[in-house]
Amino acid sequence: MIWLGIETSNSPLSIAIVKDGQVLVEIVENVKLTHSVTAMPTIQELFHKAKMKPMDIDAIAVSEGPGSYTGIRIGVTIAKTLAWTLKKPLVGVSSLKVLAANGELFNGIICSLFDARRQNVYAGIYQGTDLETVMEERHTSIDDLLSQLQSLNKPVLFIGSDVENFKENIKEQLGELAIFAPSSITLPRASKLIEVAETKSLPSIEEVHHFVPQYHRLAQAEANWIQDQKKR
Amino acid sequence: MSDRIILAIETSCDETAAAIIRNGHEIVSNVVSSQIESQKRFGGVVPEIASRHHVEQITIVIEETLEKANMQPSDLTAVAVTEGPGLVGALLIGINAAKAFAFAHNLPIIPVHHIAGHIYANALVQPMQFPLLALVVSGGHTELVFMKEHGSFEVIGETRDDAAGEAYDKVARVLNMPYPGGPHIDRLAHEANEGVEFPRAWLDDTYDFSFSGLKSAVINYKHNMDQRGEEIIPEQVAKGFQDSVVEVLTTKTVRAAKEFNVKQVIAAGGVSANKGLRSSLEQAFEKEKIPFTVPPLKFCTDNAAMIGAAATYMYEAGVRGDLSMNGIPGKELKSWI
Ligand SMILES: Nc1ncnc2c1ncn2[C@@H]1O[C@H](COP(=O)(O)OP(=O)(O)O)[C@@H](O)[C@H]1O
Ligand SMILES: [Mg+2]
Repeated sequence: MIWLGIETSNSPLSIAIVKDGQVLVEIVENVKLTHSVTAMPTIQELFHKAKMKPMDIDAIAVSEGPGSYTGIRIGVTIAKTLAWTLKKPLVGVSSLKVLAANGELFNGIICSLFDARRQNVYAGIYQGTDLETVMEERHTSIDDLLSQLQSLNKPVLFIGSDVENFKENIKEQLGELAIFAPSSITLPRASKLIEVAETKSLPSIEEVHHFVPQYHRLAQAEANWIQDQKKR
Repeated sequence: MSDRIILAIETSCDETAAAIIRNGHEIVSNVVSSQIESQKRFGGVVPEIASRHHVEQITIVIEETLEKANMQPSDLTAVAVTEGPGLVGALLIGINAAKAFAFAHNLPIIPVHHIAGHIYANALVQPMQFPLLALVVSGGHTELVFMKEHGSFEVIGETRDDAAGEAYDKVARVLNMPYPGGPHIDRLAHEANEGVEFPRAWLDDTYDFSFSGLKSAVINYKHNMDQRGEEIIPEQVAKGFQDSVVEVLTTKTVRAAKEFNVKQVIAAGGVSANKGLRSSLEQAFEKEKIPFTVPPLKFCTDNAAMIGAAATYMYEAGVRGDLSMNGIPGKELKSWI
């Protein structure tokens, strides 16, 4: 079973080809280039290194969000188009779970998060090596997230390059219970994405057309419109 | 020479479109999925909503295009896609889909300028005659483009503020018409015998245009009438506005066609669907004895068939993109020869 994994949901880029559970090639970049420019050439390069043709893969895994709207869409568009035209199943994995998977050996609670600005975050809370969901991935205020974590009263591993932005706040709320992941595991890895995807059942090929990003937020204009409708 | 069969993709604004074009003029299949129903809620195109819809539609639209053509990827010569101008987030969906498809099937990729596409919509109807003058009028553009030959573009005049379509849409909003307002103004204008008198921005000695003054004049007129407690007659406002736009566009296009001594004049872009403009240009060029063409309505608004037509000529000229291609929201119209 050969997998192609695509992770572009935030500014880092990661692509991997994994064969029967073994990583053949993987790239993890954090140089803030445009995914639209780098993603496809990187995919081409990895196929070349793995001495494979596009047709050789059996399934595609993509990080489905949340994160940067444009970033997610680039990965999802590439993944959808390849899956559809090569007739391969497409599996989506939460970008927060991909990140949390970097800390799966931690014996306790794992919280991955991305900064969503104005003291808000996209966050997920998981537990154990099989990353059991403690809190569904969602868009929430940092304060609500921290009080929820406080109520669990267990050590929490924080993962994500944006954790830095909230470090003081986290320490204040959780004190000794807060543990911060080293920077070497704060970048998402497409091999981890594939690992999580392999635990899911393969959807049918027909479902590719209906695959959509998980933004976890309405577009501003749509949110305003819904508000207006309620007022009427 | 073997057939040139191009799969073209266009997602620069609010239509997700794909088409297959044989030899630059024959439409093998043409699919357009419009977001108008969704975008109407917001009274205009919201970029984030447009991008979201494109991701939902893109593979469905491309598959339908191949199925209608009864073709496989192996039948194709190249993949073409709109590179810009347009909404960057929207462009990126078409571009990344095109790149992934081209990679999967080892096809060359051709980056197409959206306005070149609008102009080449005319090649779907009849061969273009050079030198040629194109009046491009759409939601985002108002330009006079001189073409010496295929692939050669010289912008001799353009709008200094609002595009003609933009002015139509804004005036429509003043008259409480739904988005997009162009067709509604066009319809209303034909229901009045007399129009309100509005100014014309001539910008003499240039081929440039300006529509924001006209738009403000309409807004002021409505405001003054409101203050006096008088009702405006929408039909008369629509006619007055349209007469001003059409007269300026026609006069400048005729003057440029004569000065540049062109063999053909074409109109392109969404506003060239306008009945008043079409008949005014037709009459004017009949008098001047210069052939004038405008594509059928469905090729005036955004579509991928026009992108495929332009791409065929680019392909012949050796133009190729690659997998690092990006969306260029403000892309300039440049010659490819
Ligand atoms: N009959 C018409 N009269 C005037 N304007 C029209 C008519 N039909 C469409 N339009 C205008 O054309 C524009 C859309 O054209 P299009 O080529 O899709 O624009 P763009 O690609 O620049 O967004 C809109 O502004 C719309 O109001
Ligand atoms: Mg257009």
